[in-house]
Amino acid sequence: MYQSISPYIPVLILLVLALAFGVVTLMVAWLVRPSKPYDEKLSPYECGINPLMPAKIRVPIRFFVIILLFLLFDVEAVFMYPWAAMYKKLGIWGFVEMFLFIVILLVGYIYAWAKGALEWE
Amino acid sequence: MVEIVIVTIVKLLIYFGIMLLFVAYGTLAERKVAGHIQDRLGPYHCGPHGILQPLADGIKLFFKEDIVASASDKFVYFLAPALAVVPPVLVLAVIPIGDSITIGGKTIPLAVADVNIALLYFLGVTSLTVYAIMLGGWAGNSKYPLLGGLRSAAQFISYELILGLSIIGVVMLVGSFNLIDIVRYQKDMWLVIKQPVAFITYMIAAIAELNRAPFDLPEAESELVGGYHTEYSSMKFALFFLGEYANMVVSSAIATALFLGGWYAPVHWLSFIPGPIWFLIKTFALFFFMLWIRWTYPRLRYDQLMGMCWRFLMPVTLLNILGTGLFVILKNGGL
Repeated sequence: MYQSISPYIPVLILLVLALAFGVVTLMVAWLVRPSKPYDEKLSPYECGINPLMPAKIRVPIRFFVIILLFLLFDVEAVFMYPWAAMYKKLGIWGFVEMFLFIVILLVGYIYAWAKGALEWE
Repeated sequence: MVEIVIVTIVKLLIYFGIMLLFVAYGTLAERKVAGHIQDRLGPYHCGPHGILQPLADGIKLFFKEDIVASASDKFVYFLAPALAVVPPVLVLAVIPIGDSITIGGKTIPLAVADVNIALLYFLGVTSLTVYAIMLGGWAGNSKYPLLGGLRSAAQFISYELILGLSIIGVVMLVGSFNLIDIVRYQKDMWLVIKQPVAFITYMIAAIAELNRAPFDLPEAESELVGGYHTEYSSMKFALFFLGEYANMVVSSAIATALFLGGWYAPVHWLSFIPGPIWFLIKTFALFFFMLWIRWTYPRLRYDQLMGMCWRFLMPVTLLNILGTGLFVILKNGGL
């Protein structure tokens, strides 16, 4: 009987509740707090001195490599989820197939390691 | 129909209230635990033993001046803290706090949404946290938050992978993504006994994902001042803070359901205590464990942190998956 509404309706209610909580809290704080701004107070924080250079710096390439690795291995994990849920029904061949899949991935993993993609200098 | 909607909303509000209370007293617990570990008393002035401290902190944060840096992107600056509280609240829908209760002849399941992809939902929703962190770091238009946000994002997605892979072992044993099924499977034996490696990697990944010490590189005070929320003050800072603690509570709750037997009592003769109370006790125990680790270990270096994730935890979780596969086959006599 309680399955008669979609289980995702509560998720929608929670989304509204969470957003409303954030916005209402910020609004109430905006109503009650003092506001006495001046230029020095509003400058970006840099340990007390005037900001030297523009803040939008170049992003080190390391972060980009990590994102690429994450994408690859996350897709791998996505393949593993349905396999894991069905594992007991797949039996021995399910194991062999996943073993081969992981071995192929390990080749790529070892290549990335050997090329230094996992090092932070 | 109307009745079902009302029951659902009441359940949601109760869980939301429990979480807020947990978060408020989590901040007090953190300061008390820190105090006692360092041979101090911790907060002591507001009420007996500082019991009203969270209330005082909340009122203080409401009345603090909000400094919006002149260089910042105003809309994103406002958006990021509001987003920070959304993911942990959304996860509340799938947390199986108890089995079901009977009120007035009607059986009401205690979990809000009995969905069969609960674990995937948890992984998907928690990864949204990275948007709040990145946007918060970027919006201030200042160097420290930007660097903190970058570090935090790289760390978050790396450990997200470990979190996802360590869960696979549990799913293989149970054969379901439904958290209620997973808890029922543990009626006789908790999964932490069958999957100790998965439990350890899950806890490391959960702590690292939340940027907590010893993995708090994004907000390393000695080099980056305050991390991605350096430019934030007043209630906006409080929402980031709240989101972080709510995430801790939610990860502890999911770990309880996955590994520590959810609402079941640890020994049979203690099962007269209701399930939801056991669930909250176990969740608090894991929460305390996270506090304990924070005040015991020194911070890692950033290369050590990423190295541990990609060169150590990654192979370990993959081996755990293969080992679990072999275990299931041998147990079923399939060779």
